[in-house]
Order: sequence, then C-alpha cells, then structure tokens
Amino acid sequence: MTMEERFQNRIDQDLKIEPKDWMPEAYRRTLVRQISQHAHSEVVGMLPEGNWLTRAPSLRRKVALLAKVQDEAGHGLYLYSATETLGTPRDETIDDLLAGRAKYSSIFNYPTTSWADIGAIGWLVDGAAILNQVSLTRTSYGPYARAMVRICKEESFHQRQGYEIMLTLCRGSAAQQAMAQDALNRWWWPALMMFGPHDTESTHTEQSMKWKIKRERNDNLRQRFVDMTVPQADYLGITIPDPDLKWNPDRHHYDFGEIDWEEFWKVVKGFGPCNRERLEARRKAHVEGAWIRDAAEAYARRQSEMKKAIA
Amino acid sequence: MELFEVFIRSRNGLHHKHVGSLHAPDLEVALENARDVYTRRSEGISIWVVRSKDILASNPSEQEALFEPARDKIYRHPTFYNLPDDVKNI
Repeated sequence: MTMEERFQNRIDQDLKIEPKDWMPEAYRRTLVRQISQHAHSEVVGMLPEGNWLTRAPSLRRKVALLAKVQDEAGHGLYLYSATETLGTPRDETIDDLLAGRAKYSSIFNYPTTSWADIGAIGWLVDGAAILNQVSLTRTSYGPYARAMVRICKEESFHQRQGYEIMLTLCRGSAAQQAMAQDALNRWWWPALMMFGPHDTESTHTEQSMKWKIKRERNDNLRQRFVDMTVPQADYLGITIPDPDLKWNPDRHHYDFGEIDWEEFWKVVKGFGPCNRERLEARRKAHVEGAWIRDAAEAYARRQSEMKKAIA
Repeated sequence: MELFEVFIRSRNGLHHKHVGSLHAPDLEVALENARDVYTRRSEGISIWVVRSKDILASNPSEQEALFEPARDKIYRHPTFYNLPDDVKNI
C-alpha cells in the first residue's frame, strides 16, 4: 500500500487525521485554504455588525451584539490556530488576507444599512453558517473538527438573538415591519449563495468529499436551509423574495428559484458592494493595532529581563 | 509572538484538557488571552498554558514501536483470568 492509499484507508474508516500524521500535500493545501478562509470570514464578519454596535436600540441588544462580535473574534482565533497546526505560520495567513490574496465568505461584502439587518444576519447568515459548520464537525481533520464543535456550541445564541430581533420588529409598527421585510429582501439571496456554487459547478467538491474534508454537498445544505427557514419567515409574517418558492409535496422539499450566479461570481471576484471597504477596514485595524502588539512584546521583554536581574 | 497550548479544567475533579492554542508575547499574557478566548461561557475553573515548543510529541510513524508491545499483554486485563461464576464480588 502506498502512503496515499493508507491515508485514504484511514479516511474511509472515519478515522481523524491529526497534525503530525502523514497527509498528501494537496490535502494539506486544501485544508489550509478552507480553514483560513473560514477564519477570515469570522474576522471580516465582525465588520458589518460592528457598524451597529454603537447604535443598538437598547442595552439588551447592545450587550448581545457585543458578545456575538466578540465570539466571532474568538472563532477566528480557533480557526487560525487550526490552520497553524498544518504548518502555515499565522502571520502568513493574515498577510494573505490583508494583501487581498485570500478569500472570505462573500456574504460580508454586503452592507448593513438598517438595524433590521442585524436581525437578518443573525437569523439567516448565522443560520446558514450553522448548517455548514454542523456538517463540518465531522470533517476528517481533527483540529478543524474540534474547532467546529466549539463554534457550533456558541453559534446557536447568534441565530436566536437574530430571530428575536426580527420577531420584535415584525410584531412592531408598520415601519418596523417594513424594515424587517426590506432586510429579508436584501439578505435572502446572498444567504443562499453562502452554500457556494451548484455541486456540478464546484471545482473542489468531489475531491473534498472523498477526503471527507467536506461532508455534505452544497445543494443539499442549501435545500435544508430553505426548508428550515421558510416556516420561520411565515411565522414572522414576512415574505421571502422568490416568486418560484413553493412546497413540492412529491419531493417533500420546497422548490425555489435560481440564484443570480452572475452576482455571485462578481462578489467572489472582488466587485461586491463592500469588498474594498472591508479590506481597507481590516488593514486599518491591523496598522492601528500595531502599537499594542509592539507594546506587549516590549513588556514581555522587560519582564523577562527583570526576572533575570533578580535571579 | 510565541505559540502556546491551552489546557482547561472544566470543573474540580476532572483533568485539564487540551482545548487549543493561541499567540502571546509571554506566559502571563498567554494566560489572560486564554481566559478571553477559551472561557467566555464558564468553560473552566483552571487554566494551564504551555509554550508549544516545550512540548515533545510522539511521532505517528513510531506508533507501532511505541504502542504495539501493550497489545499482546492481555494478562494486564481482568478478563484474562478465568473464575467460576459462583465466585461473587471479584
């Protein structure tokens, strides 16, 4: 048996791969790409929500949103750690993001123009992310799977706080209901796009399924999301902006319209409404945070010198 | 910044368990960062941080040499010993 066959054998038996185990270079590369993209998504994902931190309508909403944004920073860190176990230094991973070489979830390239967007993001964006992440708790690379377990545990509050915001707006004044509807109109299609291209179009799906990096196909997850979300929208009393959406009793699933793939690829390629703004914000934060990293290093150096002097 | 591994005891009576890693300039700051990153929901009552470079890990390719010898020593397990069913509490 070659190393590669032995590796595949382990995967087929559902055994996890751990950092020091032998793995094909392409497996390592795929993981580094996927986990770091996932990490970047958590980090960039803080930006659209950060936009509303100072303008949350009540203290209750504000502490919740602050905790959610803090969680996302934490999730980014778990994932950067997981990337690092594959031998890629963290500075390199972060440089890739700042230089615009790395991708992150396109959903964060859409603007948050009203408070209702914070509700819609928690409900739809975190809802879609949870489906994907729950499937990834069974991914073949141990550190990634373990990070996913932690993240999923923490995510469920994110979705519930989002839905609660939507519910409050939908039980409120006509203007608040209109706000909620408008947010759904703008976030529905980008949320469906989060699951990626059709499996038939997806370049990585087959190999990733074989290696069990990916455990479910894009279209399956997307269908599950639609099936899950439609009744939730009905309960809110707002309308999903898809004229083709209807229950199919034969399939026992909702049928839904085709995604605007042109828009999807446009945003992926960097021409979405906020791509440039998001990267600029990240770069600015990185540069403006340099002094604190330097100060921490200097303090650590001084402390160790002082300890040596005493000893 | 250095890499640190983080271990957390979730409650008294349990072992510290590895939960992940983080970057910090020194041990003290690593401990503070570990609190923020890994115990936001009261996941622990005690934290250990260790410099990753101070950990010596066994090599997966030496797995056989290290762990095989235990496999054929079945006399280390209680089920190896045949006792009549009539004998109780043993």
